[in-house]
Amino acid sequence: MAQPLVKKDDDRDDEAEYSPFLGIEKGAVLQEARVFNDPQLDPRRCSQVITKLLYLLNQGESFTKVEATEVFFAVTKLFQSRDIGLRRMVYLMIKELSPSADEVIIVTSSLMKDMNSKTDMYRANAIRVLCRITDGTLLTQIERYLKQAIVDKNPVVASAALVSGIHLLQTNPEIVKRWSNEVQEAVQSRAALVQFHALALLHQIRQNDRLAVSKLVTSLTRGTVRSPLAQCLLIRYTSQVIRESGSTQTGDRPFYDFLEGCLRHKAEMVIFEAARAITELNGVTSRELTPAITVLQLFLSSSKPVLRFAAVRTLNKVAMTHPMAVTNCNIDMESLISDQNRSIATLAITTLLKTGNESSVDRLMKQITNFMSDIADEFKIVVVEAIRSLCLKFPLKYRSLMNFLSNILREEGGFEYKKAIVDSIVILIRDIPDAKESGLLHLCEFIEDCEFTYLSTQILHFLGIEGPKTSDPSKYIRYIYNRVHLENATVRASAVSTLAKFGALVDSLKPRIFVLLRRCLFDSDDEVRDRATLYINTLGGDGSVVETDKDVKDFLFGSLDLPLVNLETSLKTYEPSEEPFDINSVPKEIKSQPLAEKKAPGKKPTGLGAPPAAPISTVDAYEKLFSSIPEFANFGKLFKSSAPVELTEAETEYSVNAVKHIFDSNVVFQYNCTNTIPDQLLENVTVIVDSSEAEEFAEVLSKPIRSLPYDTPGQTFVAFEKPEGVPAVGKFSNMLKFIVKEVDPTTGETEDDGVEDEYQLEDLEVVAADYMLKVGVSNFRNAWESMGDDFERVDEYGLGPRESLAEAVSAVINLLGMQPCEGTKNVTSDQLMRGTW
Amino acid sequence: MSIYNYIYKKKYLFHPLKPERSDAFSWTQVQRFSWKIPPNNMESCPSIKNILLLDSEGKRVAVKYYSDDWPTNTAKETFEKAVFTKTQKTNARTEAEVAMFENCIIVYKFVQDLHFFVTGGEDENELILATVLQGFFDAVGLLLRGNADKKEALENLDLILLCLDEIVDGGIILETDANVIAGKVASNSLDAGAPLSEQTISQALATAREHLTRSLLK
Repeated sequence: MAQPLVKKDDDRDDEAEYSPFLGIEKGAVLQEARVFNDPQLDPRRCSQVITKLLYLLNQGESFTKVEATEVFFAVTKLFQSRDIGLRRMVYLMIKELSPSADEVIIVTSSLMKDMNSKTDMYRANAIRVLCRITDGTLLTQIERYLKQAIVDKNPVVASAALVSGIHLLQTNPEIVKRWSNEVQEAVQSRAALVQFHALALLHQIRQNDRLAVSKLVTSLTRGTVRSPLAQCLLIRYTSQVIRESGSTQTGDRPFYDFLEGCLRHKAEMVIFEAARAITELNGVTSRELTPAITVLQLFLSSSKPVLRFAAVRTLNKVAMTHPMAVTNCNIDMESLISDQNRSIATLAITTLLKTGNESSVDRLMKQITNFMSDIADEFKIVVVEAIRSLCLKFPLKYRSLMNFLSNILREEGGFEYKKAIVDSIVILIRDIPDAKESGLLHLCEFIEDCEFTYLSTQILHFLGIEGPKTSDPSKYIRYIYNRVHLENATVRASAVSTLAKFGALVDSLKPRIFVLLRRCLFDSDDEVRDRATLYINTLGGDGSVVETDKDVKDFLFGSLDLPLVNLETSLKTYEPSEEPFDINSVPKEIKSQPLAEKKAPGKKPTGLGAPPAAPISTVDAYEKLFSSIPEFANFGKLFKSSAPVELTEAETEYSVNAVKHIFDSNVVFQYNCTNTIPDQLLENVTVIVDSSEAEEFAEVLSKPIRSLPYDTPGQTFVAFEKPEGVPAVGKFSNMLKFIVKEVDPTTGETEDDGVEDEYQLEDLEVVAADYMLKVGVSNFRNAWESMGDDFERVDEYGLGPRESLAEAVSAVINLLGMQPCEGTKNVTSDQLMRGTW
Repeated sequence: MSIYNYIYKKKYLFHPLKPERSDAFSWTQVQRFSWKIPPNNMESCPSIKNILLLDSEGKRVAVKYYSDDWPTNTAKETFEKAVFTKTQKTNARTEAEVAMFENCIIVYKFVQDLHFFVTGGEDENELILATVLQGFFDAVGLLLRGNADKKEALENLDLILLCLDEIVDGGIILETDANVIAGKVASNSLDAGAPLSEQTISQALATAREHLTRSLLK
């Protein structure tokens, strides 16, 4: 019943589900597509068939390669018809089918004809279609027409060419870059949208040339840009220029006046764009912020939800860095708590929580309680997180905030939401000692009726660590032992572990714990019984009350100081044999591979200029490398390899970076060299290292690169001996020494005689950080206490003036090469670091 | 390469902001320098991730995706379903509403049993998205002669698809003025070329009706 598209028909049924496409089938429509081949074309019918085909594609139906090709060839026949409507549908269809390169050739000539047609509608659309399906070779043929089209007096044609240019810039930048003059002319166009498209294209052509972008912005901010969209673009480019000009200038910020002027523009989108740009300026002052905040405050009481949302979202971001600047809007913000749109309400609340002061907390909490019941889980999570940070800001208010959290913990909610609450309570317990007892009790009550195994086990684990240290540990036992009766095997097993921890730490409870543990021996689950047996034995469960010795505590509370990922890979590679699995063989280095992988694609477009991506910075790769070089085989196990250090400026003819490999009694420098001059061949490349400023090191051998052709990275090594086990430090000056031979770039022949040459590299330093391994420690306090004073070193380092605490922290991390623990990287005070050496 | 150039190149320290020298080397240096700056992404230009037109049950009437965030049809349908359920209960009939979802900003507006959505990245200017939505919404209203509902939209699906094609091209905003959009789409529906003798009576009637409505529309 594939009925053609019927316009209003009187005899149509009044069915509710009427659709012109009811019962449509791909096969039938493909059959119908044969009308395209009729010698007498019926444009109306053809349009209808195309609409049906597009409908099918739109509904997610896909055509096989053969079907698509058939349809494509049939559609190309329709260029014979002179019907405008049909032609538009043909264009649409070709774009949807995105034909392959060998098929494109069929329509090229028809489209090129349309491109030069008198009808503007044809020209504009033909340009868009052709640019969509074309490749580089064809593009050079039509380039002339495109350039003309850019400056065409019809704005539709000009826009079509410009937008196509923006897309083509991704694939054929070298061609589009030649259009710069025409595009520049189009920027001055009277038509608003043409100006917008021209500006976008011009900026993308020039985006790598800071000076040109800066000039462009300077000239346009003085002139008049008509289209609001173009004005928005200009604001973005301006803030980009401001950002890149950096903090070198003091005093008035360039272009700030322009941004501020845009706040008085008549289009709301421009006003908002400017306000947002001002709030995102680096190191924005409160004087600069004020006008932007004022505008946003006006938006808060707008009748349009989109405006309110935009304003409150921006203010929310500002509140993170400049809470004081936003306090003026608090009254408007409070009225938004009852906003129909829940996104707006949530943003308003979280902003208020950030800007609020201690006295307003109670009032806010009351408002939020009403609000919490009728928003979705994801918003609740945002609110919970905001409350957590509020509580950390005002520790004295923990009581009301903790009450609030425990109340919402009892209410209905999904896993993510409950997890956010539990995490918040755990963090509060950890950071606010006063909140510990009440917080733990709230958690205990929660696990009495908790449907999420993961949360139950987490809480039980946490109870095991914190519970025994409270004033009355016995009151938690009941909650824990209830789990052994009522829950699934996973929770039961973790409850057993928790009981054992209480037993180990609280001697008075020991006999009773033993009784409970013995009962667990009759559990139906293997793991639970195993754990119970293990703990009874380790705690000396023969009934006698003995001092728990240190080993047992270590076993129960010590964290496994291995990254679990490494342990997993080691266990997977372990083959059952006589030799037992040695846990010490598991590498402790935290692999930063995912990060390196992420960086790699970003590096690629930098092309020849950038140093070749260093060999994958994992220990594995280096270890393999060293085992393949006989000279280094007797150095023993590689302790650590540093990240590559650049020894040359990025844009010089020879690019060299160095990796420091630390062994027990040796240090090996690996120099990764790249020759970036096409007509040179380097031979016998060595690095002459002067170790006069590093007394404890003695050079043992140096391994040259035989030949270093253009753009192929090579490695030369220099090895040193150092006192075993001592973290010796020193400074090395380097000189690249080589023989240059000229290469004829056309034939690739090398001249026979070369010239000896040297090239000064920057100094390389071996510092304490090179001897540090980053070790992730899950529970810092335990690990710290277990290390004792013998390992403690107190040292003072001058950090110099730093702009912010965050910067100082990252400086410390880089200097010492240690791993920040327990997220202290982001906390503002009391920085703790550790590492092993 | 002459030995002079070789020495020159070695000693020459390029400064990006100094005016470039008029010899071949400084030009290559300029080229190289330009590669060092990471290519700026498309995001500096406002971009649209998708435009959706769904019915009152969340089924597709017409959709168009411009970004690769949803590679498969299943991913697209999941997204549409999620967007629909999330916005279903809101009242977006008088003013466009807005929501955040999966790192996207979605602005939406409903009329009768048609739900219009425009999605952009999370850093996108919401007001630009709202302008695009308004343009689409009003243009569809004009093209369907004021009675915008699902039935009418499906019957004139060709117009809706052309309308989408005229609003955004590959994620870049082409036009936001509803009158211009509708004008561009409508001018195509004229059967200018076909001689009258080839039309059946009903076709001729339909053509006549369309001519009439076009003239009314203007």
